[in-house]
This record gives sequence, structure tokens and C-alpha cells, in this order.
Amino acid sequence: MASFMIELKNVQKSYDGGATIAVADTSFTIERGEFLGLIGASGCGKTTTLKMINRLEEPTSGEILVNGRNVVDQNPEQLRRNIGYVFQGIGLFPHRTVAENVAAVPQLLQWSVGDIRARCEECMEMVGLPFDEYGDRSPSQLSGGQQQRIGVARALAARPEVVLMDEPFGALDPITRSELQEEFKSIQQNMALTVVMVTHDMTEALLLADRIAVMREGVVLQIGTPKELLNNPSHDYVRDIVAMPRRRAQRLEELMRDE
Amino acid sequence: MSDNLREQLILLPAYFQGHLLLTLAAISMGVLISVPLGVWAEQSARVKRPLLGVVSIIQTFPSLAILALVVALLGGRIGFLPAFIALTLYSMLPIVRNTVTGLESVSASVIDAAKGIGMSPNQILREVKLPLAMPVIVAGIRTAMVWTVGLATLSTLVGATSFGNYIFTGLQTRNLVAVTVGSLASASLAVGLDGLVASIQWLLEKRSEAVDSARLKRIRMSVYGVTAIIIFLTMYGLIPKPRADFVVAGKPFTEQYIMAGLITAELEEAGFSVEQRLGMGSAVVYEAIRNGTVDVYVEYTGTVWANFMSRESNPGREGIRNGVVEYLEEQNVTTAGFTGFQNRYALAMRRDRALELGVTSIEDLIPIAAELSAGSDLEFFGRTEWLRLRDLYNMDFANKLTFDVSLMYTAVSERQVDVISAYTTDGRVAAYDLLLLDDPRNALLAYDAMILASGNAAAQPKFMQIIEALVDSIPDEAMRQANRLVDVDGESITVAIEYLRGEMAKD
Repeated sequence: MASFMIELKNVQKSYDGGATIAVADTSFTIERGEFLGLIGASGCGKTTTLKMINRLEEPTSGEILVNGRNVVDQNPEQLRRNIGYVFQGIGLFPHRTVAENVAAVPQLLQWSVGDIRARCEECMEMVGLPFDEYGDRSPSQLSGGQQQRIGVARALAARPEVVLMDEPFGALDPITRSELQEEFKSIQQNMALTVVMVTHDMTEALLLADRIAVMREGVVLQIGTPKELLNNPSHDYVRDIVAMPRRRAQRLEELMRDE
Repeated sequence: MSDNLREQLILLPAYFQGHLLLTLAAISMGVLISVPLGVWAEQSARVKRPLLGVVSIIQTFPSLAILALVVALLGGRIGFLPAFIALTLYSMLPIVRNTVTGLESVSASVIDAAKGIGMSPNQILREVKLPLAMPVIVAGIRTAMVWTVGLATLSTLVGATSFGNYIFTGLQTRNLVAVTVGSLASASLAVGLDGLVASIQWLLEKRSEAVDSARLKRIRMSVYGVTAIIIFLTMYGLIPKPRADFVVAGKPFTEQYIMAGLITAELEEAGFSVEQRLGMGSAVVYEAIRNGTVDVYVEYTGTVWANFMSRESNPGREGIRNGVVEYLEEQNVTTAGFTGFQNRYALAMRRDRALELGVTSIEDLIPIAAELSAGSDLEFFGRTEWLRLRDLYNMDFANKLTFDVSLMYTAVSERQVDVISAYTTDGRVAAYDLLLLDDPRNALLAYDAMILASGNAAAQPKFMQIIEALVDSIPDEAMRQANRLVDVDGESITVAIEYLRGEMAKD
């Protein structure tokens, strides 16, 4: 068993024959069961980095290993079926029922009907939307929060060890968002999932991630635990971005005191 | 119920089946070709533009022209096949376009998700894009279906059976009952098929919802029932029927319907089975008798002389007769005999107008032609006969208008034109009291009606014996009266046929 779940070695991604660099020479590792937050402003390369892990994007150079195997040696479809993915736009199939959406990957993996059904029930129970009540509904009959719960259930259905998340909670209202964040964090810990989550919300990253990689203009400026980033920021940018939630919390406290 | 209506309704099952078979076959083929083409176009921008361009251009071709082109490309073959091909081509645009549009409108986030969970490009197409595009694709199929049902009426002109048989016969013989029955039948079929496809689509969409009310069940049963009946009828239509002994054909005007009916009646009385291909275009039916798909029809010497032999001279009635018979023999078409009447073009005027202007012959028109307007059928002013007339008499009309035949007679009768290119056996000449002008310089050709037979039919003595009975048996006056019964008195073709048979029996 490989020591790291995910390993990026000198990964680079450029367009137009090198004229535009999306991700510059990047290396980092993620341990089994670790939750990594990829944070940065729009266009900083965080989503490209995420997508290279399951070959939705191909690196221009460098190597990516998932569970010790180079991703380019694997059939991209097979690779993706074994990695959970939660999409920014949720991306449920509108022509399929909720249960059929959850069953999508096990179906691609050609599980038996009985196994698929049992696993769907399990996953839907896990995200708090019981199969009996919600299974036959169409995605359009669910609220945004419920839809993303199903998005999470679909990502977990085939029991992946790795889950990639692309701003999964960005479109939700704040209360639903924090509910889902907490629930997902406990699922992740219970199942010892290795998670890479792209976000631009520092609070979300601080609350969920074991380690955070801060990216700017295609470069990972610093990678470390929330504590390390807070205490020893390597760049001004890192210091500013990490300090933001704390500053807001302080402002809130001041407001409370004034009253 | 009037006799006329009853006569029309007897034809309904055969026309319905022909129309349905043609429409469904063309639509099915259209879907089989167009959906994959649409998928291909959506995936490749290089394919998309030219493909949509080509199917749009096909659509801009007049539908009649497409039919004629397909007949020509098939070497003069008539009947189901050319109509099927033309209708298939015509059905393609809405299906291809809607397939492309439907696939393009599938939301990018859904496609990204499909890719992200590990679907292959094929699976994305089959399981995500096509199902989501389906309502738009089906809408395209429904558009194509309604068009095709309507256009299928034109296939009568290339010898395929459809509701067009009602419409063309009815238009030419001024039988409004036939036109109405044909139009209503065609419209009902369009609405019915459209509704059926809509119901099937509705049921497919409801499939995923766990609704199983009594209403849904009822709808489902009726859709299954209707679909089964249609499939049965189509299949039944596809079973090759025993070929009739003879195929009798005709062009789309009253005299031709009467003569084809007369020949049919004579053959059937002798115990032969007959299939009719009525209302065909002139060039199409001529080609068909050459290649043997039609066995017998009535042609005119002047038409063969000018149209098929492309002669510009006028050697007189006998000269044309002899030249035409000889030419047809070379073409492997037998001239079974002349019927006795001649249906020529003649310039005609209202009698009072002719008196007023002092005109009795074309020569009298020379000094005043530049102030007169003339009307013709769709062909006359395009024929070499007209050019010769113009040159021989050295005159031209101020206005030259072309009309549908019935409207041409109305136009002269209503004084909207002064002169028309009338037909000498047309019953309307007498009915509207028209004066046929003399042609002293022999510009206009002779048009002796003759019965043409395919090589196969001519080889059967019994057939030739029956046709013999028709030779020299119908004088101009009898034919004019038969035409008049239909065109002026509003009688059915059957009545006119009976009249001619009665006249023949007198001799």
C-alpha cells in the first residue's frame, strides 16, 4: 500500500503551447483519510489542479499518483468511477429519479441490482433523505440543499476512497451550507475518506480541512494545517486570506459588546 | 349520401393505406438517417454547417421538382419508390435541425457531471444527451410528420397512391366533393399521427413517475391499440399484392380520367384485373409506358411530336400521325389505335367579343394582337407551337397570362383576357359559348388521341382485341359531350364513361 493517497510530482498545466500557465510546477502529497482544502481566488488554478487528479484535465508535464498508481496509466473512465466527485453545479441528471442518480456509478461499474438497491438505501439514509420517501422523486422536486445531499450520496455510492469536491456548497444558503458542511465532515471522518475540496471560502476551508493549500496565479504559496497558516503565513497573501475569518469574527464580537 | 360522395368513400381505404404507408415509411427512414446525422453534426463543427446547409437547400426545392428529379434519377421509375425517396429527403431538415439543437441545449453542468462520474462519450450520448434532447427531437419528428402527410398528396403525380388522388382528380374534374374528402382525410391523418406521437412521448415521460391512475392506463391502452392497428395496416400494405393484369394510366385532366376509366371498364368487363395510375405528369407517364410500368394510356400525337420528338415543324395531321407512330415503334411503344377524336389547342374568344372585333381566324388578330391579353394553361406559351404561331402570324399579345385550366376558361368568360388557348374537345368551349379561331397558316399541331400500349400488353391478342373496340369509336363531338358532363354539368367521371359506352353501343 502506497504511503500517500494522492501524490502530485512537478505537475504543470499550460495552454497555448506554454503561453498561458494555469498551474505552475506543483508538488504536494495527501495522506490517506486526509481532508485537503484548495483555496484561492477565481482563476488561481485550484479547479484545474483538482480536475487533473481524475483526468478531467491532463497535466502538460509531471506525474499524479492516486493510491500509488500513475493516473495516466489508467483508463480515464475507470479512474473516475473509482473517485467520487461532487460538482459545483450539483449536476444531477434531470431525466432520472433521485435513486437512479445515486445509482449512477454502481451501474457503470455493473454491480448487481440487489447490491445497487441496498447501497442506494444506505447512502440516501446517510445524507438524511430516506430512499422510501425520496427515491422515486425527480431531482427538480428537491430543494437546493437536498439536491446537493443527493450529489454527495452519488459521489459516495461506489465506496470510493477518494472524493473530489469542486465548491460543493457554494450555491447553498448559509444555514443549509453549514448544516451540510458539518454532516459531510462527520461522514468523511467515519469513512476515513481522502478528500480534496476546492473552495474560495476560507471559513469553510478552516472548519473542514485538515490541511489547506493556498494558491495564487497557478502557484501553491503555502500548504499546511490551519494552525500553521494562521501562525506562520509564508506570504502576505496567505496571511491576509487566512486572517479574513478571524477579522470578521472579531468584528462580530465588537458589535456584540457595543450593545 | 350523394352518389358522388359514396363513389369517393369507396376509394378511401385504398388511398388511406397508400398514404399511410408512404408517410410512415418516409418518416421512419427520415428518422433513421437524420438522427444519426444530427448527432454527428453536433459533435463536429466541420460537419454541422455543410450538413444543415444541404438539408436546408433540399427544403427550399419546390416539392414537385424534387419528385420529378427523383423520378429522373431513378431512370423514369414511378410509383412508391420515388415518392418515398423524395418524402424522406423532405423530412430530414426538421429532424436533423432539432436533433442538433436538442443535443446542444443539454446543460453543460449535466454533461460535466456525466463525464466526471466516469461515463464514456458513448454513454454520455446514449444515457444523458439523447434522453434530455428527446423532447426537442420528437418535436422535430412531429413537424416532419405533418409536412410529410401534406406533401405525400403530391406523390400522386409520380404514380404513387395517396389522398392526392382525390385532390388532383377533384381539381381537374371540378369535383369539390373529391377535393374536400381528400383534404379532410389528409388533414385528419396529419392530426391523428401527430397526436399519436405526442401521446407516445407523454407516456414515455410519465414512465418514470409512479403514477398509475385509471386514466393513464386508459390512455396507454388506446395508444397501444392505435399503434398496433397502424403497424398492421402498414405491414399489410407492404405485402406484395398480386400484380394486376394491366396498369392503366392517365394524365391529370378530365378527358384523361374519362378515357382511363373507359379502358379500365372495358378490360375489367373482359375479366382482367386492372390497376389505375391516374393524374400522372406527361413526361412521367410516357417514360413509364416505355419501361413497362404502365401498360396503356391515351396520348396525343402533337404531344409526342413536339415534346418527346422535339420537332419544330408542322407536316400536317397525317404527317404527324405517321411520324409519331414510327417513332413510338422505335421506342418499343405500340400504337394500339386512334380513338377518333382530336384534342388540339385552338385560340378561342368569347363569341360576342370576336364579333365586336370582327375576328374569325387568327389572321384577323394580327393588327390588334398588341392590344389584347391572352391566357393559357400552364404549358402553351412555353411550347414551340406558340413560338411558331407567333412567327407565322408575326404577332404577339400585349399580356400573356398562365392559368390553371378551369381558371383559364373563367378568365375569358369574365372578360379578364380576350383570347385563350382552349382545347378543342373541352366541354367548356360550348358551355361558355367560345369561338374557336381558324388557323389558316397551320401553326397549331394536330393532336389525335391514340391508345398507347406497352410491349408486354401489345403482345397479348386478347388485350389488343379489347382495345380495337375503342378504335375510331369516339368522334370529337362525343368526347366534348363527355367532358362537358363532368366539367360543366358537375357529373362524376363514371357518368361520363357510361355516356361514352352508350354512344359506342349505338354504332
